[in-house]
Amino acid sequence: MPVTAFTTDPDTLTLTITAQFAAPVERVWELYADPRQLEQVWGPPGYPATFVEHDLSAGGRMTYYMTAPDGERYGGWWQISEVDAPRRFTFEDGFADPDLRPLADMPVSHNVYSFEPADGGTRAVFTSTYSSAEALQQVLDMGVEEGATSAINQIDGFLAA
Amino acid sequence: MDGTREDRADAMFHALADRTRRDILRRVLAGEHSVSALAASYDMSFAAVQKHVAVLERAGLLTKRRSGREQLASGDVEAVRSVTSMLAELEDIWRGRIDRIDTFLQGDRPCPSPPSPPTPTP
Repeated sequence: MPVTAFTTDPDTLTLTITAQFAAPVERVWELYADPRQLEQVWGPPGYPATFVEHDLSAGGRMTYYMTAPDGERYGGWWQISEVDAPRRFTFEDGFADPDLRPLADMPVSHNVYSFEPADGGTRAVFTSTYSSAEALQQVLDMGVEEGATSAINQIDGFLAA
Repeated sequence: MDGTREDRADAMFHALADRTRRDILRRVLAGEHSVSALAASYDMSFAAVQKHVAVLERAGLLTKRRSGREQLASGDVEAVRSVTSMLAELEDIWRGRIDRIDTFLQGDRPCPSPPSPPTPTP
């Protein structure tokens, strides 16, 4: 499995995901540097992503939307802060309306993506930090995420039956 | 796997794997009930009902408070939606995304026959 470690720290509201990819660091970086490639992996199944703005450089901005099966669009933005190609970039990640204007009252997460050569491929470490438990809840309540098949949802469905 | 998450799921599914406990949970989700009122609803001993309530409580699906001589139980599905379970939901999202990246990157490599279809490009 490509995911080699997944740790969550409820105290700092930080997720750290470590993955191993069978491709060189430069190739993995290219996926993020090319909007046409990035949009093929960003959106969950049934929610294809379209990047409108895409500038992977310090101070650069990305905007994208995901299109739901019913045609509704869910927008998002990244504000890139640091870039050290092809090894690391950091950015703020937030929600946007369908016209890609940032939603000010929605949570913003701080993200660090880093890539290093390992075992003939790339070890990628992704971290996302949320500002509060409420922010996390809001992110999940957006409901655009793929298959929310957590135990609690199954229970909700069961009780509704 | 995150052991805590699995333990939680085990406790929840165990708690819900019993018809009486599901029925108790439906009642207490609709509103607070005393354990004695619940016990009166079933053809079983008070102790047996109390035991079912305790299983639901351990699974985080129900909370109890004391009021005088009574124990009052209410359903607490929201409590299960703790930070830990929210982080677990995000884990699922991330695992999906990383699988897609992995599949996408594998599309670069020369494939032995039978060849897989090319990755579609918009």
